[in-house]
Amino acid sequence: MDREKILEVKELSVSFKTLHGTVKAVRKVTFDLYKGETLAIVGESGSGKSVTSRAIIGILAGNSIHEGGSIIFEGNDLMLIPEDEFHKLRGSRIAMIFQDPMSSLNPIMKVGKQIVEALVLKLGLSKQAAKDRALELMNEVGIDRAEQRYFAYPFQFSGGMRQRIVIAIALANDADILICDEPTTALDVTIQAQILELINKIKKERNLSVIFITHDLGVVANMSDRVAVMYAGKIVEYGTADEIFYEPRHPYTWALLSSMPDLESKEMLFSIPGTPPDMHHPPVGDAFAARNKYALAIDFEEQPPMFKISDTHYASSWLLHEYAPKVKMPDILSRRIARMQKKVKDAKK
Amino acid sequence: MQKNSNYLVEVRNLKQHFINGVGSHKIKVKAVDGISFGIKKGETFGLVGETGCGKTTTGRSIIKLYKPTDGEILFNGEVISRGAETYIKNIRQYKIDMSEEIATLKTKEASTEAIKEVKEKYRDLIVNEKIKIKDVKRLYREETETMRKIQMIFQDPISSLNPRMTVKEIIAEGLRIAGEKDNDLIDKKVADILKIVGLLPEHAFRYPHEFSGGQRQRIGIARALIVEPELLIADEPISALDVSIQAQVINLLNNLQKEFGLTVLFIAHDLSVVKYFSDRIGVMYYGNMVELTTSKELFRNPLHPYTRSLLSAVPLPDPHYEKTRKRFAYVPHEYHNYTEDNQPSFVEVKPGHYILASKEELVEYKKQLK
Repeated sequence: MDREKILEVKELSVSFKTLHGTVKAVRKVTFDLYKGETLAIVGESGSGKSVTSRAIIGILAGNSIHEGGSIIFEGNDLMLIPEDEFHKLRGSRIAMIFQDPMSSLNPIMKVGKQIVEALVLKLGLSKQAAKDRALELMNEVGIDRAEQRYFAYPFQFSGGMRQRIVIAIALANDADILICDEPTTALDVTIQAQILELINKIKKERNLSVIFITHDLGVVANMSDRVAVMYAGKIVEYGTADEIFYEPRHPYTWALLSSMPDLESKEMLFSIPGTPPDMHHPPVGDAFAARNKYALAIDFEEQPPMFKISDTHYASSWLLHEYAPKVKMPDILSRRIARMQKKVKDAKK
Repeated sequence: MQKNSNYLVEVRNLKQHFINGVGSHKIKVKAVDGISFGIKKGETFGLVGETGCGKTTTGRSIIKLYKPTDGEILFNGEVISRGAETYIKNIRQYKIDMSEEIATLKTKEASTEAIKEVKEKYRDLIVNEKIKIKDVKRLYREETETMRKIQMIFQDPISSLNPRMTVKEIIAEGLRIAGEKDNDLIDKKVADILKIVGLLPEHAFRYPHEFSGGQRQRIGIARALIVEPELLIADEPISALDVSIQAQVINLLNNLQKEFGLTVLFIAHDLSVVKYFSDRIGVMYYGNMVELTTSKELFRNPLHPYTRSLLSAVPLPDPHYEKTRKRFAYVPHEYHNYTEDNQPSFVEVKPGHYILASKEELVEYKKQLK
């Protein structure tokens, strides 16, 4: 890899102490983030994708336990540096956009002031300079009549507009890494498309590195350069967007992809049976084995290691072992890939 | 289309306006502004549109959570709720007419008798209208029988279940309200319905917080089904759920619909999801229905620019397609040039395919048909 690594997560494990014992939310997660790329982390709720991102920006809940591993950013381990040093990074180097734009904005503070707040605190700008900069930011994220909207309250904005304000705040200090934690889940399709276009545009203009967390594979296909699929606190497959969407190797990725509704097929939608495992007591073997129709006997006894498929593509499934029976991806998936490729070709003509 | 009596539910020119604020801040929000459609027995009707287009309001008006402003809703051929705005407008018009007529009479220096006659004539008319308004109010209050035949599933499975009630209490509540007192029968029915929606009878004694999102939505479905409704209104039942769970709930609803021969009104903002259910789809935009046709036809022949804009915004799980996908926005004044005498109406382009269009546009749309 000739590109510059901006963030390295190595064997990160995070647990939470609860009344019923410890919940192993993230178990030995390893990935890198390169400069200027979008890494999508996909998974169901409870798969640990949000916890991973919160660990990176250092806002884990009070009952969290750092079980091991490190997050290297500019030579520092973010899991170890003290809070007052983290304060200098958070917001100014690493910024985050949250899922629900209503609860991440202060309802009794004018939006302009909320943007200025970040500028005054971190950059020490004067009031007037900060206001000018805030208006610039509001224009950049596509809010027209910024002069008037500057004095509006969040409740006067629609969901999409609020999310634009949240993005403006995140961008205020020229961060290098932007973490988007399901930024469009609360929005409907047309607004979602606008926000995704905005994030893509800003990413290009500012050469941002983006970690994009979502459970919607359609959104992932749109945004990502590389994809990490998480299940039960582990990354089960990791590769470029093309590899994950056209040559998926892990049964969980297959299942996720097949359960996505699309516009063409009318057949019965594939659904993954069962529910994710209870992370108080994670299964001994492969966590997905119980819901996996391709599961081998060894899946219930031992966790599969990461098998290397290509330089950029890794998957953790015993099916990839040289002695394992050769299993092809489900028909429903290969059919869709063929259909979509034909469609793209037709569109090009 | 409105004359067909095969419809289980028929909505005729439904208007639902909300009034916000007082005095000079008074705003009238026209959430639903005159839509008409019918749902046939046993079919699934999808209602699609973005936030704020009035699709949820329509659903809620049908189940009588709101008093309609105008128009009427028919269930099994009988009016179950009706709006009174026409009558109120009539009264206002009569009053204006009356004062005008009297004024003209006065300029002609007509006798007081003649003026009295005019006054009496209008008074009778107004009283007539007032009786009609009273009828509307009585209908809304007293007509409760059909309400048992309509049930609703809500969007958020967390806030729609009472956290202090056990699953059994939640599910059985509808039965108890309907007057069922036999505890053994209730137990049996609850256990049966839990099995049908894919839960276990033991779950009846747990509380909602002990379940995952998908399971909670199943409880919501069980609660709706236990009173054996004829119409099920599903208001975005899966948009708060995860992908893998979404597929489970979609398939469950599909199976239930076939098994019980339910009629379903499915409300959603995502066309790709609606497609899995619906026999027919109605697309709404700002309180109006812009296109209505069978699901197949809508995907093959989307005519209205708003429908096409919605279709172009759906992300699909394919990177090559996604990176070339062109989304286009729907800006009404760029597409339509509606003037006073060129107003759009809801017309049929081809059998079973309705669209909101002016006369000129209709010609244009007909050319585009494949």
